[in-house]
Amino acid sequence: MQEYSEKIRERAKSLLEEKKVDVFIGYKKGTLPLMNEPILISDPGKTDQLFWNSNCGLNLCNYLTKRTDKIGIIANGCNSRNIVNHIIENQIKREQLYIIGIPCKGMIDHRAVDRAVKHKEILSFEEKSEKFTVKGADFEEDFDKKDFLQTNCAACRHRNPVEYDELIAEKVEERTDVDPFKDVADIEGMSSEEKWGFFTQMLSQCIRCYACRNVCPLCFCPTCFVDESRPQWVGKSIDPTDTMTFHILRAYHCAGRCTDCGACERVCPTGIPMRQFTKKLNKDTLELFSWEAGLSLEERPPLDVYKVDDYNDFVK
Amino acid sequence: MNIKVFNNEELIEAVNNLTDSHKVYVPVRDGDFYNFKPLKKGEKFDFNFQNSRLSAKSIIYPQSEGMFECSNDTEQENARILREVDKEYPKQAVIGIRPCDAHAFKIVKRNFDNPDYKDPWWNRRYDTTLLVGLGCNNPCATCFCDSVGGGPFDEKMLDVMLYDLGDKFLAKGLNEKGDEFIADTTTGNPADESAIKQAEELAKATTEKMNSNVKTDKLKEKVINELFDAPFWEEVAFACINCGTCTFLCPTCWCFDIQDETSGKEVLRMRNWDTCMSPLFTLEGSGHNPRSEKYQRVRQRFMHKLKYYVDKYENGVQCSGCGRCVRYCPVNIDIRHVAELMNNFAK
Repeated sequence: MQEYSEKIRERAKSLLEEKKVDVFIGYKKGTLPLMNEPILISDPGKTDQLFWNSNCGLNLCNYLTKRTDKIGIIANGCNSRNIVNHIIENQIKREQLYIIGIPCKGMIDHRAVDRAVKHKEILSFEEKSEKFTVKGADFEEDFDKKDFLQTNCAACRHRNPVEYDELIAEKVEERTDVDPFKDVADIEGMSSEEKWGFFTQMLSQCIRCYACRNVCPLCFCPTCFVDESRPQWVGKSIDPTDTMTFHILRAYHCAGRCTDCGACERVCPTGIPMRQFTKKLNKDTLELFSWEAGLSLEERPPLDVYKVDDYNDFVK
Repeated sequence: MNIKVFNNEELIEAVNNLTDSHKVYVPVRDGDFYNFKPLKKGEKFDFNFQNSRLSAKSIIYPQSEGMFECSNDTEQENARILREVDKEYPKQAVIGIRPCDAHAFKIVKRNFDNPDYKDPWWNRRYDTTLLVGLGCNNPCATCFCDSVGGGPFDEKMLDVMLYDLGDKFLAKGLNEKGDEFIADTTTGNPADESAIKQAEELAKATTEKMNSNVKTDKLKEKVINELFDAPFWEEVAFACINCGTCTFLCPTCWCFDIQDETSGKEVLRMRNWDTCMSPLFTLEGSGHNPRSEKYQRVRQRFMHKLKYYVDKYENGVQCSGCGRCVRYCPVNIDIRHVAELMNNFAK
């Protein structure tokens, strides 16, 4: 995917020069081996900073919220679905956007790479087609990218952008043989006590930094419920009840909206797998409403519509 | 000065024996990383880490702690009269703290222990804490302790320094408290000249090799308002998602928020770590927010660490160079780069 960088730079430069957009949002190469930094460019002379590789696992849609200018942006499958979400939830207008679609073969799970090199410090990363090499002070390892995909990417069924103005490359093949909900089924099989124990343990490392919430494009409320003080819904300490309340309510706010882009898990400083919550809700919305978020500009999300002919009994 | 050498088992035993008199924190692997956790007598531990994911600051300055309490029951005589929460301040020890994280306590001490303010809880815990440091044989590429007044074998603020010599540890007492710890150990042997020399050479070679080169020398001479109005803040801040990762992982961030929580008729006034990245940090009762924009909050964090602190205490920057914010910032905002921008800024 690294070869996309050059094309992204060219296209961003033309779009800015032709004044089709005021600004362009993409990534620049990070200061760490498996990191890249979102960047906003308005000067066509600076588009050579743009960069793309398999460490672009944030969600750039997050940077669109309530902007008023005309924006060029790159978007892979999940990011484009969030842009669709943003449009139908009135956070940005379609006509403000010029979307360069990126067919995506997934992002690298930096924690899995870290484990594979036994937590030794990685000093450089190089990617070539489907392989990558990491080097440290006393090691060099070659890996196949397919073995190190983020778990959401490994089970992704929407690798191509759904909404775009142009594509940077040929579409990639969509997979139908993956089950994104396998581990959800494992948890569904637990007893209530086991589930409670599982989730309590899962959240025990949370430091309430809200990186998961803030990196998520769905979280655009002017004031989050955890920040409300009149009334105050949730305590602000690291009491496990408050922490659990935050995570479960945050997840519920994502029901029918989450594209499983994986940014929340990617950024967590203590590695909490909070997608265990959102994936269950994604599974429920798929099973109950035949709905996957962000696939169409024409349809409202299931939790903000009422249909007279709804096939579910409980709404009648 | 007491100096002893311990093999791995002897050190583990010495630290285990310390649990009789101290609450002892050691680095513990939990999944993909290490954090400091209390040692139960009989447990083993290891130092196979570059640094803990969270700093040791919570051992002296917990993320949440009760300050005062009262009853909200107006039938009671002392209803709504706050009294200090009874807490224990046992002797405690942190084993294997890195020099940068110990240096951070010195930086924070200027805020919590000065002629104007003495934070009772921070000071009581600090005074009862023994810091047994572990020199850094392999500093991270993201570390820059040597650029900000510390070093991989920096001894200030430690009571004991451990040198990992491969097949053994050399423990050097650095003050009375540290000497006492070493004198009380029943395992290990007095260090011979060759071990002492080996430790000195290790420290010297590692320190010389590090050379991180983050410049902060010109920050003092900058005009605050000019730096405040520098043109780079919006660009620096663009990627920021305003989470609390940098501030909560930082060993030198000390800000807290005070909250009252009620449970039935009981009221607890507590303080929790706060983060200047959050808009709520500065939201005023009137509804006005002097830092309503993201770039203002990002600017605050860097200005506080690299300019306001520098000017106020005249003792360097509010950063011990541990590199956690560099490694774990979700969006790769790198303080080394921002320090360079600020240090090189010319109006």
